[in-house]
Amino acid sequence: MSENNGNNTSLRLKTGLAEMLKGGVIMDVMSVQQAEVAEKAGATAVMALERVPAIIRAEGGVSRMANPKLIRQIMAAVSIPVMAKCRIGHFAEAQILQELGVDYIDESEVLTPADEEHHVNKHAFKTPFVCGARNLGEALRRIAEGAAMIRTKGEAGTGDVVHAVKHMRQIIKEMRQLTVMSEEELFAAAKNHQAPYELVRMVAQAGKLPVPNFSAGGIATPADASLMMQLGAEAVFVGSGIFMKGGATPLDLTLKAEREEAESRARAIVIATTHYDDPKVLAEVSEQMTGAMKGLAVGAIAEKDLLQTRGW
Amino acid sequence: MKIGVLALQGDFDAHRRRLEELGAEVVLVRKPEQFDEIDGLVIPGGESTTFLKLLGDETFRKLNAFVHTKPTFGTCAGAIMLAKEVESPHQPGLDAIDITIRRNAYGRQIDSAIVEAASALGGDPLEMVFIRAPRIERIGEGVEVLAKRGDDPVLVRKGSVMAATFHPELSDDTRVHQEFLKLVKNGTK
Repeated sequence: MSENNGNNTSLRLKTGLAEMLKGGVIMDVMSVQQAEVAEKAGATAVMALERVPAIIRAEGGVSRMANPKLIRQIMAAVSIPVMAKCRIGHFAEAQILQELGVDYIDESEVLTPADEEHHVNKHAFKTPFVCGARNLGEALRRIAEGAAMIRTKGEAGTGDVVHAVKHMRQIIKEMRQLTVMSEEELFAAAKNHQAPYELVRMVAQAGKLPVPNFSAGGIATPADASLMMQLGAEAVFVGSGIFMKGGATPLDLTLKAEREEAESRARAIVIATTHYDDPKVLAEVSEQMTGAMKGLAVGAIAEKDLLQTRGW
Repeated sequence: MKIGVLALQGDFDAHRRRLEELGAEVVLVRKPEQFDEIDGLVIPGGESTTFLKLLGDETFRKLNAFVHTKPTFGTCAGAIMLAKEVESPHQPGLDAIDITIRRNAYGRQIDSAIVEAASALGGDPLEMVFIRAPRIERIGEGVEVLAKRGDDPVLVRKGSVMAATFHPELSDDTRVHQEFLKLVKNGTK
């Protein structure tokens, strides 16, 4: 018996876990109780963080990697994969997350960036990374740096799906355009997308990204999840949409009614992601869901307050 | 020959591609009535807790009846679903094959590995992709071991049921799926 090690093996194992998450929902959680609700509802993974984007948006300040103690408690509480976020470019936070043994690291624009020019060299890690993107060039730059999963950025913490849609449509459109280009045009396209030619050519041949393509940033209802899946997402991340009431106030899981509301939202979005192309099921689960995050229209947010413009 | 792939969640599409490459007609199964039109079933990798949540009562009944009578192959989470006993944490199994399986027994993602070892399928060593894999801790009487990782059985078969704790659908080696298609064609081994 022999064990294979090397770059190619490493990438296959990293994207392999993303393959297992397809068709599922990854939920943001801020406590052991929320993680348990997520697992019980059928989440495929949880993202452990101290403040969900809606709270970060409301409270401001510097957002950093979650406290390792919280991450460890959540890892101990659930049997599904646990992800955690590091700041853009903050490879020391990423090293700590790898040491903790988290299953995926999200180098995320939701946290305050630590480097205005560089992202983390993700090839240097054994733990896989997911990164956000608004367009194909951004996605391919992250893949070149070693990301094993891409997610649309959308606009996190809003409950407004409009930019998740915009970014997914943009990536899908740009990939489709590559598939009909001549060799000469692909060189020019690589320059325009500011992306490595080899990756551009791979997308042109396959018609899709070389790693799984998920969606995030504003998904708050079963219909939102269905919309993103129908647009081409292979799984969805739900951040503030499950455990938040409005503004910076989470549902109180110690109160029966609020706990049931969180459970019903989580369950409805899980079912909707599996049966995304069946409006009958979507109608049923939407009806069973009580309440939804109040949300914040992306159009009402000042340009400087957008999270999606972080990352380069 | 029509093969169903349970498509509630997980890497069902990787199985679909592999089975189609090998000439099978594939149905992605999400609804109870779809069990009636297939000759064999693959339960893919993914999260077994999610599968259990997404199986409604009727789909569960159909699935349960199918795996006890028709050829079925489970990989990773699929193997967990088919087991008699599931540990860590304890959860219900379909009891289609007499094994005890422990979830995430080789560790977290950082411990995922690609391993090559000889197998009963003959030829070159079999490439096996383990992702947060479960471990088969006990096999019942008459369960045949087709491949091992060290001392652990990782590919097992009894009657018309096969289970792998690794992901042949993520390897270029097609022999495991070929073996399952043979099982579907010939009925019980």
